[in-house]
Amino acid sequence: MLVALVVLRPLVEGPGREVEEDARRAELEAAKEAKYREIRDAELDRGMGKLSAEDHRTTDRELREEAIEILRELDALEGKSPRG
Amino acid sequence: MAFAGTACLLVGLLTALYAAVASIAGARTGRRELVVSGRRAMYCLAALLIAATAVLQSAFLRSDFSFKLVAEGSSTDTPTFYKVTAMWATQDGSLLLWALLLSVFSSAVLFLSRRSLRDIAPWATAVLGTLAAFFLALMLGWENPFTTLAVAPQEGAGLNPLLRHPAMMIHPPMLYTGYVGFSIPFAFAIGALITRHTGADWIRATRSFALIAWTFLAAGIMLGALWSYSELGWGGYWGWDPVENASLMPWLTGTAFLHSIMVQEKRGMLKVWNVSLIIATFVLALLGTFLVRSGILQSIHAFGASTIGVQFLICIVVVIVGSTALVISRLPHLRSESRLDSLLSREAFFLLNNLVLVLLCVFVFWGTFFPLISEAITGTEASVGPPWFNAVTTPLALVLVLLTGIGPVLAWRRITSSGLRRAFVVPAGVTVATLVVLVALTNAEDRVLALAMFCLTAFVLAVVGQEMVRGTAARRVITGDSWTRAAAGLLARNRRRYGGFIAHAGIAVLFLGVAGSSAFLQQRDLRLSPGDTFRAGGYELTYERATARLGGDGAGTGAPIAFGAVLTARKGSESFTLHPSRNFYPTRDPSKGSIGRYFEGEATSEVDVRWGLQRDLWTAVRPDISQLEGPIQEANRKFADSSGDVQAVVIAAIAERYRTDPPPAAFRSIVSPLVAWIWIGGGIILLGALIAAWPTPEARVRRVRSLYRARVGRELSGA
Repeated sequence: MLVALVVLRPLVEGPGREVEEDARRAELEAAKEAKYREIRDAELDRGMGKLSAEDHRTTDRELREEAIEILRELDALEGKSPRG
Repeated sequence: MAFAGTACLLVGLLTALYAAVASIAGARTGRRELVVSGRRAMYCLAALLIAATAVLQSAFLRSDFSFKLVAEGSSTDTPTFYKVTAMWATQDGSLLLWALLLSVFSSAVLFLSRRSLRDIAPWATAVLGTLAAFFLALMLGWENPFTTLAVAPQEGAGLNPLLRHPAMMIHPPMLYTGYVGFSIPFAFAIGALITRHTGADWIRATRSFALIAWTFLAAGIMLGALWSYSELGWGGYWGWDPVENASLMPWLTGTAFLHSIMVQEKRGMLKVWNVSLIIATFVLALLGTFLVRSGILQSIHAFGASTIGVQFLICIVVVIVGSTALVISRLPHLRSESRLDSLLSREAFFLLNNLVLVLLCVFVFWGTFFPLISEAITGTEASVGPPWFNAVTTPLALVLVLLTGIGPVLAWRRITSSGLRRAFVVPAGVTVATLVVLVALTNAEDRVLALAMFCLTAFVLAVVGQEMVRGTAARRVITGDSWTRAAAGLLARNRRRYGGFIAHAGIAVLFLGVAGSSAFLQQRDLRLSPGDTFRAGGYELTYERATARLGGDGAGTGAPIAFGAVLTARKGSESFTLHPSRNFYPTRDPSKGSIGRYFEGEATSEVDVRWGLQRDLWTAVRPDISQLEGPIQEANRKFADSSGDVQAVVIAAIAERYRTDPPPAAFRSIVSPLVAWIWIGGGIILLGALIAAWPTPEARVRRVRSLYRARVGRELSGA
């Protein structure tokens, strides 16, 4: 009975009782953190001399562009424009 | 009580099936309430299986022999620790443990991903629910742990004496946690394939679970090796036994998976490879469980024949066929987003390391199943044996350790030629210096492969050390911190990278131990009488006297009688004693007599090891108690109907007879150089994995609104 109560409750009440954050935003937040980690990795590799200055510039530019795209999409989801 | 347990399983089966059906219906119709309901069903399943486990544990602790499982796997004189862990010494109990771990893992991942992966998670729930339903159906249909006996016996059969070892009792849950843990990334990979969302989202959501599974599997394998070394009485830690191999194979592919998913996360490459690897890893995990339980291959670890081999085989075939068809149908969605920029890049070497790991797995698989393959082709069962395994795996292990050292040095995408030179100068110098020192000062050159492994170990340790120092120096330049703070900051902010490097160092140290102990092992087998002396690996050992211990062995396994020996070992000014013994457990066979049953039941070696960083001195004894047969037979006749106290006195008198007038006993002594480094290396691997799996601070969600470019810079510097 208890199992049925717990399992079937959302069918009666709808899923609204649980915190329903936007899934896409959560995925973008995760993607953003992963991108930041990549940028930091590249910085560390540059600091350790594994990447040349030119390679680092190229890589860093690409990664930051990708991060910016993610941020744009995040703000678009929230209906906000970029401000300082 | 047994009814309550079965009821939990039955309701659990219905709940698991409901979770699968509701999740699929929710995913197909877009009705979120069905998805939420399916997820909650998995939470309830975990609660039900925790309750079922509590019922069974309670029966073990109360020695309730009306439970068939308790009567067969425990007894009133089984120590409490072993009563608690006896559940997974049996097939039925192992199935319950599998299902319990699966439900708990599933609940954890579904709870953590409840706000993300909305498309993938319901399908993953369906996969996990179906898998749980399979295990519950196995229990309810064939191997119910809550089966009761019509007449409860007065006493249980007791736990298999070989399993009465602390490592062995923790080893199965560790392995099972590893096996079950890999079902999480597998389920999400299937969900990603079904929904065609084949990016890195499913990897990010389940990476921690894959790493935790890998860590537990590694710990389980290490504990199994330790048990083999210190309990089985043959002196080895790895025998290429089918069940050992069964745990190694998913670990190998799991290791490959953990590396290759980084390439997909960072470069969008290897998507087909990654889903294939996790499918292979999960299938191998199922196969591992199947091998232990099916009895199709002879193994020292396969405890008892099984009635569920066919069902397992069907499950494995369904998973392989279904997953393969799914991957093929989704190939257009699994194309790489970029290409290799350079062969001198971390991703290129990850790919190479993947190939070596998978090749190792293929060889181990071939050797493990060779008896079945040969029987199918020739009609005669043949096996390949440890020498074949050693011959094919040693060269690959050397390459693997080399790659373990090269990988950390390289950068993603490409490394500059000057960077490459700078990165390799010190490690190469350390490697050459190690070679020179070993050749000049030791006899390591007698074993070329071992010498190569020693040098490669030095190379890997030098690389990891150098990476730590250079990373710390680079961070000091950025932050201006002290060396200590910079090193701590480096580790804290780059846990995945440096945790992985530490694990690499552990792998090298472990292989150092394997190479040293296998290439330079000295073993002696002899029969000795008290007072005899022999030499082994620089030690002089003297058999001082025989021992007979009653009423509890030193290891606390509950053996009523232990015959053993006291040995004195001397090496230079060093002197110590060793106390190897052999435990005798009573048999329930009435034909052995009321006294004889204490001497003629199962016996296990309790080895004594003098542990050391340079070498272990390992000793085991097999006392000859055949001369006690006459007195035992006589006592059987005279004291068959005597009270327990009288019988105890008689048993003590017989044991004392052995102690005072022992015949020659068989001894095995092994001097095993560097073997301790296997366990130390294992510990380092686990430490590295723990660091890598620890949640990073940036995992916390931050919301900052700003101009995008400045915002990226600010968030990076502020994190």
